[in-house]
Amino acid sequence: MNDSTGNDSTAISVDAGHPAVRFEDVTKRYGGVVAVDAIGFDIAPGTLVTLLGPSGCGKTTTLRLIAGLEQASGGRILIDGTDVTALSAAERDVSMVFQSYALFPHMDVMENVSYGLKAMGLKKAEVEARAAEKLSLVGLSGYEKRQPSELSGGQQQRVAVARAIVLEPKVLLFDEPLSNLDAKLRRRVRDEIRGLQQDLALTVVYVTHDQEEALAVSDRIIVMRSARVAQDGTPRELYNAPASRFVADFMGDANLLEATVGKHHGEVAEVRVGPLSLDLPHRRIVPGAAALAVRPHAVRLAAASDGKGAIEGRVTKAAYLGDHMEYTVTTVSPEAELFATDADVNRPHAVGAEVAVRLDPESVVLVAND
Amino acid sequence: MTRPTPRLESTFPARNVGAWLLLAWAGFLIVPWYIVEGGFFSFGWLADFASHGPAVLQGLQGVPWLLPLILPLLAATWLWARRRTAGLAVAGGLALAWMAVEGLAIIHSGWGFSWLAELAGTKGPVQPGMGWGAVLYALSMLMLLAADFAGRGWCKGDRFVVGSLLIVIATLVIFVAYPLISILSSAVRDNSGDFAPALFSEKLFSGSIWSVDCLAGGRNCGVAWNTLFVAVLVGLFSTALGLALALIALRTQIRAKWLLRGLSILPIITPPFVIGLALILLFGRAGIVTNFLSVHLGIPRSRWIYGVAGITMAQVLAFTPIAFLVLVGVLQGVSPSMEEASQTLRASRWRTFRTVTWPLIRPGLASAFLIAFIESMADFANPLVIGGNFNVLSTDIFFAVVGAAHDQGRAAVLAIVLLVFTLAAFLIQRQWIGKRSYVTVGGKGDGGVPAPLPRGLRLGAYGIAAPWLLLTIVVYAIILVGGFVHQIGRDNTPTLEYFLTAFSIEKGVGGWFLSGSAWPSLTMTLTLALIAMPFTAAIGLLTAYLLDRQRFAGRTLFEFLAMMSFAIPGTVVGISYILSFNVPPIQMTGTGLIIVISFVFRNMPVAIRAGLANLGQIDRSLDEASLTLGARSFATLRRVMLPLMKPAIVTAMIYSFVRAMTAVSAVIFLATGRFNLATVYIVGRADVGEYGIAIVYAAVMIVLMMVILVGIQLLVGERSLGRRRAGAEAMPIAA
Ligand SMILES: Nc1ncnc2c1ncn2[C@@H]1O[C@H](COP(=O)(O)OP(=O)(O)OP(=O)(O)O)[C@@H](O)[C@H]1O
Ligand SMILES: [Mg+2]
Repeated sequence: MNDSTGNDSTAISVDAGHPAVRFEDVTKRYGGVVAVDAIGFDIAPGTLVTLLGPSGCGKTTTLRLIAGLEQASGGRILIDGTDVTALSAAERDVSMVFQSYALFPHMDVMENVSYGLKAMGLKKAEVEARAAEKLSLVGLSGYEKRQPSELSGGQQQRVAVARAIVLEPKVLLFDEPLSNLDAKLRRRVRDEIRGLQQDLALTVVYVTHDQEEALAVSDRIIVMRSARVAQDGTPRELYNAPASRFVADFMGDANLLEATVGKHHGEVAEVRVGPLSLDLPHRRIVPGAAALAVRPHAVRLAAASDGKGAIEGRVTKAAYLGDHMEYTVTTVSPEAELFATDADVNRPHAVGAEVAVRLDPESVVLVAND
Repeated sequence: MTRPTPRLESTFPARNVGAWLLLAWAGFLIVPWYIVEGGFFSFGWLADFASHGPAVLQGLQGVPWLLPLILPLLAATWLWARRRTAGLAVAGGLALAWMAVEGLAIIHSGWGFSWLAELAGTKGPVQPGMGWGAVLYALSMLMLLAADFAGRGWCKGDRFVVGSLLIVIATLVIFVAYPLISILSSAVRDNSGDFAPALFSEKLFSGSIWSVDCLAGGRNCGVAWNTLFVAVLVGLFSTALGLALALIALRTQIRAKWLLRGLSILPIITPPFVIGLALILLFGRAGIVTNFLSVHLGIPRSRWIYGVAGITMAQVLAFTPIAFLVLVGVLQGVSPSMEEASQTLRASRWRTFRTVTWPLIRPGLASAFLIAFIESMADFANPLVIGGNFNVLSTDIFFAVVGAAHDQGRAAVLAIVLLVFTLAAFLIQRQWIGKRSYVTVGGKGDGGVPAPLPRGLRLGAYGIAAPWLLLTIVVYAIILVGGFVHQIGRDNTPTLEYFLTAFSIEKGVGGWFLSGSAWPSLTMTLTLALIAMPFTAAIGLLTAYLLDRQRFAGRTLFEFLAMMSFAIPGTVVGISYILSFNVPPIQMTGTGLIIVISFVFRNMPVAIRAGLANLGQIDRSLDEASLTLGARSFATLRRVMLPLMKPAIVTAMIYSFVRAMTAVSAVIFLATGRFNLATVYIVGRADVGEYGIAIVYAAVMIVLMMVILVGIQLLVGERSLGRRRAGAEAMPIAA
């Protein structure tokens, strides 16, 4: 974020001290379906916040509630400190980049980008200057007279972004902006969006169901599950300290093992996983049954001869991926299918081999059962 | 960099509310409240301001019941000054309610309700119909109501949407629902206007409607049975023919585009009675075929065509194209890949047709049947021309009003019976068969080659369709040449006599003028149809927009009311307009306005369908993008939707124009000497046996409309569809 207090225009909204977006117990019902269930969060100005969650959890609905394309059934929505709950989309200072880009097919690139400025009633000269500026910002100078149908997918996407930021909205919304692009372009466009957001200190709310994308671009991530917020935090917090099994499962390919938490001793507790016993931060999880989230690289495999005090397992799949190995290991106690990666590619474990499984205490985290 | 001007202003729409308030005050203080003799736009009322005065003057001079209307105005103005919308709905609602109450309670002849007269014991005060002042006042009050509703978050707080919704609903209530209610209320009253339930049930259950004498060897069955009988016959024949034609057009080598094109245009441009007329010329007592048979084969002349046979034949010829269109849509919806799948499973062609295709098109068949059934019952002109002594409901309604009997009560009762029949068929068609079968006309199938028809079926289809096609060709040939010979069938020497009588142009003292007898009605029809055209398109497309893009409580009911006018027979519309708009509060009979209004609301469903089909192809995210860019819904409609809806606009305009030109059943009640219409004129000529002029006129109309259709199609062409590829694939947001 830009922490200089210079004449940067967006600093005004930062100074005001309001969150750029605030949800207070917002609910959205479609008939009997509750798409968003009394959720609340704050989004700080100048940050990129991602809404992440499985399909149907209410991400798009939340985004549309911010935009004013849906009217909340309950609760309050504030933008920059002003209650906008009853305002229509046109009256909110929010722009949106649509999944399908939604470029107006009967207008050329320039007309598309200047649409919002014209709707605001600005003078023609100013409209054109501003639109041209934003077009060059997204690298599309020279394409002004093209029709949307004459552009590639990535270019259409950039026109959509230019059209949205030309109004310098208080909040910019993206609904799965990369889903129509191929894998390589995704990475690039993702980085461009992030770069633009940081350069202009935009407040962005970004919807995706791809956790890697979320980790890569976000200042903060709001994980949603069945119409509610499951966890709200920085990427690091979510990865290292998932609030629930669900979050741990959703963020990265964590293995979840049944574990038993023993007595707390200060910050740590003794945790038993099958025959293993580890001293781990208890994170205020009460003694009793819980789950252990184990990242694939935290699974240490050794030859079975070395197995004292370790979990016994058997390799059921092994794949060579150049710089690392990927294994699937079946264990009996605790009963699990572990997904493991190993940097040692020179002495692989064969499929069918009995192995001793240990866990790196640095890369495992205790989570409460849901 | 400058920040954009803030988009959040005060949420009170001061300018909007202020403007409507101003208009309401004008309607109350300046513009004449009542109808002005000689027309508002003659501005004669300015000279005679005191007696043609605005509500406030009238109120002070003996019509005190107008004075309360100032209270809502004052209240709304007070709210405006305090920058509040909450409460405007109460003011507006009270104003409209009071207008309805005083308008219905006090009419030109005294109390509007007989119980009021009994209560008061006097004839009561009188007032004429509402004029422009009342219209302005009511419209403004409606819009103030909308401002309040929008302020409460209706339709996402969008004033334009709420306002349009209220306007469309109000017009539907006034011009669709209110006339229907008037029918009911005059059905239960006797001719002097008193409540007479006994008379009503006597009329409703009278033998002339329900008798089944003909089954027991008597001469006549009730008119309801007659109507149903013909309608069922027509439904069955039209569906069978339509299916045969659709199968030929889509599933045989003769995939003739011209057949499709021709068949889809014919029913639109043909005035409905023309076919009946042609049948008389062919099979009437002096018809061509009859002559031939009697001269060469000695078969005696008879009047068999005048009655069930003639009506059924004419209607089958007229409505088969409609059944055909429905079934083409249905057949196109049957994905060839399903049939291919069946064939790869080793099913024979016949088996594939029987087990895959047939079940898939069965709902479509029912739909085609019901549509032809409705059309047959609603048809007025063919039974009038060719029905002879065989009466059906629609003609009986007409004769009950214009005939010597002049029994409005009986007309109303007959109208109710007819309406119940058609509405029931309409409801069944919608509920039971669903919407898919008639919306998909012109829908796209996926790849793959449709299975060819089994041989037997193919021959059957040819066998059924060929006679119909032949007869159709003969009918149109007769229409086109019949008016240019002396007496077709008897004296086939060419003549321009009829054409000149109808369409001559002469040079007189003041220059050229249209001296032919048909010109006045033709120009009048063109004028009124042209005036109705943009309004029909506008209100129909607006309704389609509201239906497709907005969610609001009562949407289904709204859609039903809007589409219902499809199922209201023209005769019922005609009689209901006479019953409701002949007297205050809304007095319009004898004007061109009422004809235009009947055009608009009769043809509105066509525009709605064109709009819905078009809107279905425009991704919702386009309007949402526009909204989030700060354009309100009106700007969005104008700058994004309208340009993309060009095809629907053109379709709606053409169809509403052409249908207005060919309409007869409703307007035959509404046309007057001054506002005479082409179709009414033709029916009149045919009625007195002047077939020459009638046919020449019909031919001119058909050619004229063909030219217009083709011309517009060439002019607009596929151009409007040129660059119609939205940004990317359709997006599943809020599907
Ligand atoms: N217009 C609607 N009418 C009824 N239910 C709806 C509507 N829109 C969304 N829903 C429901 O609300 C829930 C949340 O939908 P939403 O579109 O917000 O999901 P999402 O998180 O964006 O999912 P995805 O990742 O698949 O896009 C879903 O169960 C959906 O079926
Ligand atoms: Mg979504």
